[in-house]
Amino acid sequence: MAEARTAERAAQGEGHPSGDERFALLDKTLRKARYQQDQLIEVLHVAQDLFGHLSEDILIYLARQLKLPPSRVYGVATFYHLFSFTAPGRHSATVCMGTACFVKGAEEIVQQLEAAHDVRSGQTTEDGELTVSTARCVGSCGLAPVVVVDGVVTSHQTAESTLAHVGEVLAKEPTEAST
Amino acid sequence: MAKQIDLHDVAHSELEMRSRYTTRVKACSSTACLSAGAGPVRQALDQAAEREDVNSDVQVVPTGCMGMCSSGPLVRVEPRGAEPTMYAQVTPDIATRIIREHVVVRKLIDEHVLDEDQPFFSRQRKIVLGNAGRIDPERIEDYVAEGGYQALAGALNDLAPEEVIEIIDDSGLRGRGGAGYPTAKKWDMLRRAEGSPKYLIANGDEGDPGAYMDRTIMEDDPHRVIEGMIIAAYATGASHGYIYVRAEYPTAVERLERAIRVARRQGLLGRNILGSDFDLQLEVRIGAGAFVCGEETALMASIEGRRGTPSLRPPYPTEKGLWGQPTMINNVETLANVPAIVANGAEWFGEVGTAQSKGTKVFALAGSLVNTGLIEVPMGITLREIVFDIGGGIPNDGVFKAAQSGGPSGGCLPASLLDSPVDYESLRKLGSMMGSGGLVVMDDSMRMPDVARFYMEFCREESCGKCAPCRTGTVQMHALLDRICEGVGRRRDLQHLESLCRTVRQTSLCGLGQSAPNPVVSTLDHFRHEYLDLLVPDVSYNGTAPSVPPRPQAPDPAVTTKGGSR
Repeated sequence: MAEARTAERAAQGEGHPSGDERFALLDKTLRKARYQQDQLIEVLHVAQDLFGHLSEDILIYLARQLKLPPSRVYGVATFYHLFSFTAPGRHSATVCMGTACFVKGAEEIVQQLEAAHDVRSGQTTEDGELTVSTARCVGSCGLAPVVVVDGVVTSHQTAESTLAHVGEVLAKEPTEAST
Repeated sequence: MAKQIDLHDVAHSELEMRSRYTTRVKACSSTACLSAGAGPVRQALDQAAEREDVNSDVQVVPTGCMGMCSSGPLVRVEPRGAEPTMYAQVTPDIATRIIREHVVVRKLIDEHVLDEDQPFFSRQRKIVLGNAGRIDPERIEDYVAEGGYQALAGALNDLAPEEVIEIIDDSGLRGRGGAGYPTAKKWDMLRRAEGSPKYLIANGDEGDPGAYMDRTIMEDDPHRVIEGMIIAAYATGASHGYIYVRAEYPTAVERLERAIRVARRQGLLGRNILGSDFDLQLEVRIGAGAFVCGEETALMASIEGRRGTPSLRPPYPTEKGLWGQPTMINNVETLANVPAIVANGAEWFGEVGTAQSKGTKVFALAGSLVNTGLIEVPMGITLREIVFDIGGGIPNDGVFKAAQSGGPSGGCLPASLLDSPVDYESLRKLGSMMGSGGLVVMDDSMRMPDVARFYMEFCREESCGKCAPCRTGTVQMHALLDRICEGVGRRRDLQHLESLCRTVRQTSLCGLGQSAPNPVVSTLDHFRHEYLDLLVPDVSYNGTAPSVPPRPQAPDPAVTTKGGSR
């Protein structure tokens, strides 16, 4: 039955007017979830992976596809911490604020990062280069304090070592982008 | 119908395959070791084996967590018929030497050997983590060779569902998620519940910051969790199961999904499991970052694709749970205990632990300790043994100040309570709780009001906002703690704080709110003087502290609400 519905959609030329390929991938996920409303969170995860963040446009699109009121989709998306509604920076530095990292001085690292890059935790620098955030325990407590820079876990950090590392990562980008 | 796995055949051929190698080299590939550089180490091991042309004699096995995360990356060399050796802080260079010297010419690299007779290892008792660090979690054959799925086969063939519940009841197994509810009681309630289908949920939403027991179990031995779930479903009559995992644990999700696929192909899931007439469908569901989803009613809301807000109990999930159907929620660690209990019997399990708290408990040992990592210890072990024998004491000649157990719902235990046993009843009596098993040790450089503020900030952020006491209470308590910690708090702030603690505890809807004051109350119990030292003294005209009444104050910033909780 799901196929029949999909075929109907395709015949009506549904999909996204922008022609953005990522919507095709999102549709594939929706089909795999058989448009079941209880799969909303799974679908939101995929949408965020594809687009980097959840824009209003996407939330409305998903609401239509799953036949849910937009308020419900928005309500769920805003409830969970992992969903983000603004575009992330090109680089990310996530300071673990689990108890073990806190005990070993993670707060200091956050403060210094915020000060050095003039950004609040959870936000992106004005030039869109760096997103600074905190996490609730990445589960590497034996290596505390831990900072995840561009997805790579760095262990036994201090404010100085983190700043130096983040500085390096930021400095590297232009050459890579130009090639 | 899927083909049926022949457990004996698989175990036999796996053991035969193993015996073809003269040496098996196990490389810890768990998250902690990977962040310490285990990836390149494994590559170096493989390359060195190839270069030395010992490929056919040496098997390099990527395994799960070996426990001592602070000394990672860990590598264990197991020569056939000889004592195994563990190496600590292995770099690619040392890995190459391990193959060239230890494996080829049988010469140990002494300076990197980690003594496995030290208390960190010898004081542990592994049931749940029996396979962690020993097998390749991505191969079902490895699990079967260690006796995996035998308990399930035995239960399906020889035991009625009621008999399985009886075994669990006799074993005295209690929920490992924190509260310690007798597991068999829950199972029995689901078994008796009317309605179909019935659901079974494994709670892997380990949100306590500083804890990673469940993640390790799911990542390192996914089939153990699955086997435990199948047995639980068989005993209770559940036909659908969900494993709810935090989105922060992508490796756990990946391995569980793979394990479920493999198990289904081998006739261990789906229809007619192992040739019986018992069916079970299993699915992984991913959270999206909400601590409250560890609470069972909130967790179910999340599985249904809604906001993870808790609801009032009763009705309990076993009466009315997922989509209104009877549902049972067990913690991942609880379920991981089940195969071993069914295989070895209730009596065997009951030999470990205390009269009220049987078996073992996995703890994530972290903070100011020489050895940090993942440990599994018999219940009833004293805190002192955990901190000083297993943990190796406080580094840099520091002084033990407190151990925090139970995360944001638990409390701090001071040095005077080091000799108290670690079990459900004892910890609760001391104002803390077992919790899911995070154990963070603090030395005397830590100010306890700061710790309380840290946890309160966590609860403030994580409050789902459904009930007022938790939503606004955590904001107010955090603001008061903030004033006290910044040195501008007054005696009255402390009084407010204490009264709020009582209110929030008594009137919140769910466990998150009811337990949110715990870190404050327990630090106040044991370290009250630290709070008092931070207060601004109330001065009277003659310069001494007045008894009554306190000086009228400027408008209290703590009373104005500082935004919503989310």
